[in-house]
Amino acid sequence: MLKLESVKKVYCKHQDEVVALDTTTIEIARGEFAAIIGPSGSGKTTLLSMLGAMSAPSEGRILLDDVSIYDLPIEQRAEVRQNKIGFVFQTFNLVPYLTAIENVQVPMMLSQKFRTEQQERAEELLGTVGLQDRLHHKPSELSIGQQQRVALARMLANDPLIILADEPTGNLDPETRDQVLAFLRQFNEEGRTIIMVTHDLSAAECARRTLRLSEGRIQAGSDQNLLKTA
Amino acid sequence: MTMGTIIWKEMKERPTALIASLLAIILSVTALVAIRNVTIFSEQEVAGKLDELGANVLILPEGVTLQDYYAADMHKETIPEEHVAELALAGLTGVEAITPKLCVPTKLDDRNVILTGILPQSEIQKMNAWSGGGMLFKKHEGCKAKINVADENLDAPDSLAERRALQHLNQSEVLLGSDFAASKGLKEGDQLQLLGETFEVLSVLPSTGTVDDSRVFAHLHTVQRLSGTGPVVNIIEVMGCCEDVANGLVGELQSLLPGTKVVTIANVVETQVSINRMMTNLSYLFLAILVAVGGASMASASFANVIERRREIGTLMALGATPRFVTQLFLAKAALLGLAGGISGYVLGSLIAVLLGPVFANVSVFPVPSLAIVAATVAVLVTLAASYFPARQASRLDPCLCFKEV
Repeated sequence: MLKLESVKKVYCKHQDEVVALDTTTIEIARGEFAAIIGPSGSGKTTLLSMLGAMSAPSEGRILLDDVSIYDLPIEQRAEVRQNKIGFVFQTFNLVPYLTAIENVQVPMMLSQKFRTEQQERAEELLGTVGLQDRLHHKPSELSIGQQQRVALARMLANDPLIILADEPTGNLDPETRDQVLAFLRQFNEEGRTIIMVTHDLSAAECARRTLRLSEGRIQAGSDQNLLKTA
Repeated sequence: MTMGTIIWKEMKERPTALIASLLAIILSVTALVAIRNVTIFSEQEVAGKLDELGANVLILPEGVTLQDYYAADMHKETIPEEHVAELALAGLTGVEAITPKLCVPTKLDDRNVILTGILPQSEIQKMNAWSGGGMLFKKHEGCKAKINVADENLDAPDSLAERRALQHLNQSEVLLGSDFAASKGLKEGDQLQLLGETFEVLSVLPSTGTVDDSRVFAHLHTVQRLSGTGPVVNIIEVMGCCEDVANGLVGELQSLLPGTKVVTIANVVETQVSINRMMTNLSYLFLAILVAVGGASMASASFANVIERRREIGTLMALGATPRFVTQLFLAKAALLGLAGGISGYVLGSLIAVLLGPVFANVSVFPVPSLAIVAATVAVLVTLAASYFPARQASRLDPCLCFKEV
């Protein structure tokens, strides 16, 4: 489903070249739950942004359902993000001046769904994450855990097949963290592909596959060994 | 949920930034609309005066300063009455009427009144006839207006109010201004005594809203005789058929009547015209200020807004917003602000013009709806232009910003 073919990402800063991700070839099948672990600066977020059609690789191709996403025009790449990819962020990235239900409606508004459809789907999704009584609360009126659940509902708005999660449990207390991981497992069981970048090794244990990034290189090995060396 | 919801909610969230960027636009539009509004009505006032008075030429004694067209004869200096005959015999074309006047202050039952002596047109037409008919009272070549020369059948005494000339007036008759007649309870056919002589009221003139309303008009020669001034007048009014005539007459009259001052109505309203010109230039200046200050303020607020919302824009892009959507988001907000600023500025500017127009420009001012369109269009264009680069910058932001703490 998602395939990286000899992908390399190099950043140029003040005439210095920094290799964020060295030549990498991996394949992530439909329905997989993969965790990407590694120390800070190892290229995890770079890899995630490239998989999310947001940052073009310096070399190589990234194929989504056999289509090279960076060969698509910028508008079509935005459509891919709208319809096929859902993001979960460490700091939730909710729009602060919109209510919970409006935040969930944003992706549907971008994909030009009708207002009534947006409204019904957003209510349904917020109900799914247990926030049916917080529809009209702004993020600042919600707890951290509730904010992350709004972000999860927003991520599901356009029913994406791929979920890219950037440290989704990084800012959460243990109880909320368990809730979020349970939701991710549930989404994976529904058939969605999940790629989760995390520092949290116990969170990575939820994944069926673990990729370890170190100095821009993906290390091969068994999941348990990788987790031990992480 | 629409783009409009995002724009509206974001503006409500940051009212201070909103007010700051709107204020410059509103103030500039207010000044622009207020000045333009007063100018429009002032120009209409001048045009109205010109229409009302026709293409008049005033012949005054040389030392007289003209302050007000209607009170131009209110001075003590005189010119010889023989100038009237010279004019009648000079063969001037396109002239509808020549009215010499002499003003004498007097009293009626302890009430001050100006007795104005005028010479009826029938007597001037006779002088012209003696010269063989000439070109006087005839249409000049290329005239765009219809010449309107009174004759015995058409001209009623009331025409003095409208045309400032009268066809017939006997030496024992007077015409009364409407205010004067009302204050004394006089009507047509009544008799009154002025300067020791009894006159019969030929007619009460309709109200004109000018100093003429409180005057009494009698035959010039009667006024000269009773006041003992001799054959002199204070002013000679020459009614041309159109402005071309008035302008052409000035040169001819000045050479014909040395020692007099020849003034056209255009000269009379020159001050008002120059004020209008100045106000028009001021409105251009405020337009420039609107573009410069309003635009700069809006651009600066838009750039600040883009920087403040980098993470939000990155997130929107991660969720599938296209660069075009992001550009539209900022430009639509700018257009909305421009529209609000333009309309608020129009309302405020109109209010100021209506309240202050009569005080400063001495004209009645009413709101001009078409200015709302101009104000809104200019304000929207300025805000759109000012927000174009910030909007473009926003659309080019790296969506990966959503992963960073910014």
